[in-house]
Amino acid sequence: MTAFLDAHVVVRRPEFDLDARLTAEPGDVVAVIGPNGAGKSTLVRALAGLVPLDAGHVTVGGETWDDGAGRALDVRERRTGMVFQRQLLFPHLTALDNVAFGPRSRGVRRSEARRLAQGWLDRLGVGDLAGRRPAHISGGQAQRVSIARALATDPRLLLLDEPLAALDVGVAMALRVELARHLPGVHGVSVLVTHDALDTLTVANRVVVLDQGRVAQVGTPHEVAQEPQTEHVARLMGLNVLRGRSSGTVVRLADGTDLVTATEADGEVNACFGPQAVSLTHEEPVGSARNHFRGTIRSVVPHGSAVRVHLDNPAGLIADVTPASAAALDLVPGRRVWAAVKATEVTVYAVRDLTR
Amino acid sequence: MTTGTRLGRAPAHLLVPALLGLVFLLVPLAALVARTPFRGLPQRLTDPVVLDALWLSLWTATAAMAISLVVGLPLAWVLARVDFPGRSVVRVAVTVPLVLPPVVAGVALLSAFGRSGVIGAPLRDLGISIPYTSTAVVLAHVFVALPFFVVSVEGALRATSREYDEVAAALGAGRGRTFFRVTVPMALPGIVAGLVLGWARSLGEFGATITFAGNFPGITQTMPLAVYEALSTDPEAALTLSFIMLVASVLVLALLRERWFGEIAR
Repeated sequence: MTAFLDAHVVVRRPEFDLDARLTAEPGDVVAVIGPNGAGKSTLVRALAGLVPLDAGHVTVGGETWDDGAGRALDVRERRTGMVFQRQLLFPHLTALDNVAFGPRSRGVRRSEARRLAQGWLDRLGVGDLAGRRPAHISGGQAQRVSIARALATDPRLLLLDEPLAALDVGVAMALRVELARHLPGVHGVSVLVTHDALDTLTVANRVVVLDQGRVAQVGTPHEVAQEPQTEHVARLMGLNVLRGRSSGTVVRLADGTDLVTATEADGEVNACFGPQAVSLTHEEPVGSARNHFRGTIRSVVPHGSAVRVHLDNPAGLIADVTPASAAALDLVPGRRVWAAVKATEVTVYAVRDLTR
Repeated sequence: MTTGTRLGRAPAHLLVPALLGLVFLLVPLAALVARTPFRGLPQRLTDPVVLDALWLSLWTATAAMAISLVVGLPLAWVLARVDFPGRSVVRVAVTVPLVLPPVVAGVALLSAFGRSGVIGAPLRDLGISIPYTSTAVVLAHVFVALPFFVVSVEGALRATSREYDEVAAALGAGRGRTFFRVTVPMALPGIVAGLVLGWARSLGEFGATITFAGNFPGITQTMPLAVYEALSTDPEAALTLSFIMLVASVLVLALLRERWFGEIAR
């Protein structure tokens, strides 16, 4: 039995190749995460039909949208909805007519299309803005209108390309709640490209991690958050992940240093620990913290109620300290410090090979 | 506070030539206004020859723009939105009349639509003759003004992002619907600017018109032709007519700046 969304997207570009498999069932919200240039937007554009496949296939609900051999449905023949970071509302149409545009294009009568559109604007909490032009509403409101516009066509595949990235934190939070409420109700699959761990954890029920055009990890948000397989996702989740070769309770890292853990494992592993598990000192630490590294501070930024410190060794280590100790230790970029991690704080799990 | 106080004064070797250029542009216009016999203006405006020329100029320029809109807008769209081999060649072909001397344009039109021209000869067999008619005036105007229109509209279409076409397609709109409901409304300021520019170009058209359509009062004698003729017979009339056209040109410019350029800039 094939999945509702069964896609194997292969797009060859001079700068990179995208080769990603994606399957999902109706109601699924799939978060696609990965660093810039990993191919996230290309994946979404290929699913929408804006970029032709060089190989592979896209089938949705048993209907072949692209067979990878040149036979593909036009963009408008696919039942997709798209939401972009820059809303791309039609500037000359009111919010209502923007939302009614999809149904009208698919043959719905004007009065019916408008009734539908008003319903979606109401559901997204912007029903009172129906008569306004995009220039006269805020960014958050515009994004609600654009989500309503995408949902109004009853898409089988709803594609959201970083819809919250350009919004203020508070506005994004409110909208995230709306997405979490509406996306599982879509009569198809939602694909959410995001750079935000919160989106992944609160909105999605499945996560696909892209790295250099390949799927590096798939799983539930919880699985991916607990055991990130790529450094990018670890960063996204606010974790430190060091890759190495484990033998017993010692992990030998790529640069030759040994990391002592409390977990026995053998073979290629990821060693993972939170930034709050890292303590910083000026003197070489003695005592229970078995692992310590000497590194140079690259940056010091506020992070919630803590201060987040980035070190250059081991590569990109992050440590959270209290503002008081940051001041007491005089943590400024360029200063050399010792970072210590207790063995018991380190989680070790096997590196999974997803190359297919 | 001016920018001069921060970057220093504008140097004289730039200011002086700038001033010279400005003076050179303004003096002839000022002289024209100064020498216009305003007392005779009301009579001139009711002179049948002037009225005929004015009316002919207005309607032929307007007709030329109507034709330009119908064929030029799709042409500009094809150039801006459809990928096809040889597009750059087509674009160059469209812009050739922009740089062609208008008299040459007139001769080219005669070669095509003249009594023995490639299209004119078969037309004559059907009893249709185009040269030296008002239709010829309109064709001459279209030939010189269409490139203005196409180039300016293509620019406007390129400025409105292709992403909106993609959004419309994803929402289920065909290219035709997208064109009328999205592309054209979004490019409207540019389209109107193109029409006004083309209209102004038509109004001032001389060389192609006199070559292809001749200079027959009431039939093919547009304002510029009337000015040219009056210059040798009645210089005062030439001045008056010129003044009227100056006013029309300034009005066009004002219209463009106030209404449309402002909107584009916003």
